[in-house]
Amino acid sequence: MTLTLDQLKIGQEAVITKLVCTGITRRRMMDLGILPGTHLQAEFISPLGDPIAYRVREALIALRHEQASQIEMILVEESEV
Amino acid sequence: MNAQTDILQTAKHFQKELGEEYHDKVVEAIYADAARIADNCVSRDAQKAKLNFDTALDKALTHPIGGFLVMGLMFFIVFWLTISGANIPSQILADLLLDKAYYGLHGIATALSAPDWLSGFLIDGVYLATAWVVAVMLPPMAIFFPLFTLLEDFGYLPRVAFNLDKLFARTGAHGKQSLSMMMGFGCNAAGVISTRIIDSPRERLIAIITNNFSICNGRWPTLILIGTIFISSTAPPILASFVAALSVVAIAVLGIVTTLLVSWGLSKTWLKGETSVFSLELPPYRPPQILQTLYTSVIDRTAIVLWRAVQMAAPAGAVIWLISNIYLGDVSIAGYLVNFLNPLGLLLGMNGVILLAYIVAIPANEIVIPTILMLTLTLGSNIVGAQSGVILELENTQVYTVLTQVGGWTLLTAVNLMLFTLLHNPCSTTILTIWNETKNRKWTLIASLLPVALGLIVTFSTATLYRLFM
Amino acid sequence: MTTDIAVDCRTCPAYNAAALKKLGMNVEEADYIIALAGNPNTGKSTVFNALTGLRQHVGNWPGKTVARAEGGLIFNDNQYKLVDLPGTYSLLSTSTDEEIARDFLLFGQPSVTVVVVDATRLERNLNLTLQILEITESVVVALNLIDEAQRHGIEVNERQLSRQLGVPVIPMVARRKQGIPELLQAIEAVAKGDYVTRPHRTRQYDTRLEKALEAMVQTIEQTYPDLPNPRWVALRLLDGDASIEEAIREHRLGDLSRGKSVVPIADTISLEVVS
Repeated sequence: MTLTLDQLKIGQEAVITKLVCTGITRRRMMDLGILPGTHLQAEFISPLGDPIAYRVREALIALRHEQASQIEMILVEESEV
Repeated sequence: MNAQTDILQTAKHFQKELGEEYHDKVVEAIYADAARIADNCVSRDAQKAKLNFDTALDKALTHPIGGFLVMGLMFFIVFWLTISGANIPSQILADLLLDKAYYGLHGIATALSAPDWLSGFLIDGVYLATAWVVAVMLPPMAIFFPLFTLLEDFGYLPRVAFNLDKLFARTGAHGKQSLSMMMGFGCNAAGVISTRIIDSPRERLIAIITNNFSICNGRWPTLILIGTIFISSTAPPILASFVAALSVVAIAVLGIVTTLLVSWGLSKTWLKGETSVFSLELPPYRPPQILQTLYTSVIDRTAIVLWRAVQMAAPAGAVIWLISNIYLGDVSIAGYLVNFLNPLGLLLGMNGVILLAYIVAIPANEIVIPTILMLTLTLGSNIVGAQSGVILELENTQVYTVLTQVGGWTLLTAVNLMLFTLLHNPCSTTILTIWNETKNRKWTLIASLLPVALGLIVTFSTATLYRLFM
Repeated sequence: MTTDIAVDCRTCPAYNAAALKKLGMNVEEADYIIALAGNPNTGKSTVFNALTGLRQHVGNWPGKTVARAEGGLIFNDNQYKLVDLPGTYSLLSTSTDEEIARDFLLFGQPSVTVVVVDATRLERNLNLTLQILEITESVVVALNLIDEAQRHGIEVNERQLSRQLGVPVIPMVARRKQGIPELLQAIEAVAKGDYVTRPHRTRQYDTRLEKALEAMVQTIEQTYPDLPNPRWVALRLLDGDASIEEAIREHRLGDLSRGKSVVPIADTISLEVVS
């Protein structure tokens, strides 16, 4: 089963495998440095439950649940880091 | 000619051949290079990176309980500092501009034996309204804007947008709208400008159109005054000031609710469409540069907004004086207008004077109450001795007497005035700013008229309910 | 011995600060046009203000500089016009901010482009820097916020970075005016050609793509042999960039290679009507 970014729990790390979104959404993601092969970590969640802030290439980027569900990933186990 | 088409056709040919993955590959190659170069040039002290102050602060500021507590506290401190801090400088300015300079100018006019109509028009009309706006508007803005800018520069405001995003997402808007909304509590014109931080056009338009539902500096005094002298009288004395404060807060909260409802309505109707791409970066915290901030926010925000307001207030003062002093037969133009507007005003649970005051005070909400007082007195029995066209301020108890006895105000009038203060057209400075930001007639018109329409509906409904049940 | 002193003086910030005259908005005839580019939140506006003496609001926001801001300065008797471009993450997408920045770099033909880079987030910032290096070779990198980087335990080797990018890299703390004189010197050196840059160009790993690019570059060069950045134009054309296609259709690309300065930029931005 493919995991998507919205399933990443706070504190967990992941590597992006695929962007499912297309068009301008996809381009914006790539502008923000979110593309296949990118390593990121879920840092904290909004008190209302959405969005979540991810550490991507040293910056903090907030993504809404809806966007995160369009990004496929593989989990990076703690021991590997 | 052919060379150009040749280039474009070759490009089209390759585009087909390379397909959709082209853009991704280009971006990937650049990022790969960037990562490699950064790796070669950056060294990290892992120990230091672990003890990250920013991360701890982020956890605290976005904490389910702490986050909201801090937000509430910040909001409260900013407004408390603005309102209480502005009191003394406002009084000094009022004393200087509305008292000393005003009588000084009249003295000069008398010495030059200027005709009454000229000194009346220039000093009582143009000067007084302009000076009034400056005295009431300048101090709170000079406090509010720097405070807001400091929070912005420190990096706190993006966290607020992060905390509140879901609320706005549900209405089809952007979390950053929470910030333009807050800015609107200081000044709607500045709030409209601040929507520039929202990078998607649809969400930005929603933020622009709804900004007027944030009660701006010019409207707080009206609400506080009416809340204090009318609403508080409905409660036992011990609770009076609490009830007054509560009524003002209730209107502000109603404004936020309206913002969300109208945002939702807009994204279901005129501004239908996909939620555009959301992106919100949470920048690292940076120590704010206090002196620089003071300077830039006073110059950039306060001065610009104040200048626009002055440009608008001067003609408004002229109009107020003229309609009060030009007579057609026995009745001034103001008198005719009030009589004309009265039936509608009463239908809405207010009166013709209030509506006329709102129409002539389009340029600056600050002068609504002074204009209402002047019109009420000069058109009714002038128990205080107000002069035609000279806007004035009175003690709270006097205001109550004038409005109830001369103006015939009831509790309904007060409540509906408060509602109408929230729900009416943006001031002309804001309308001008909306035009500048959108360059679009339709949206400027909608942003200007939608709130009035809501105001008419709401006040009509409350008036009808009041008549049915009270 | 005397030469030593002269050199010492030259590198002393006080010497250079005296040679700088901030002109604010009063720029008429500039000898050189300097573009200021960078990601949002890198202190770009602080650099702009430090150089021109203007006080543009420094905001912690993307999209703060919505329209272009311009200012001027005189350094060592040369007059420079500084154009502050909107802060963007990239030049490859389609936002209005990016279009303004990209069009100015391409058609405004700045003598030097200063890329303000956040030392705490180098990798992310290099993405834009590398894209700019594709467009123009006259680049100076202002490595800003090195104090913040130190606070986070990050050390950037600016010599190494300069070698890899092939352009001058000036470490600075713009907020405290650190590095401003050195930045001015580097700008001057690149503008006058005293410093010859060797810009890093990204190769495409995909051979099919690389071949297509080369073919495109050839086609473009047949018509525009003097074009300074045919590879970038080719890259954008393959991406279906409408503004470049239009420039070709309207023969503006030709003006570019003949050295005419064409600046077709919307000064203010109005919202597109969303229906």
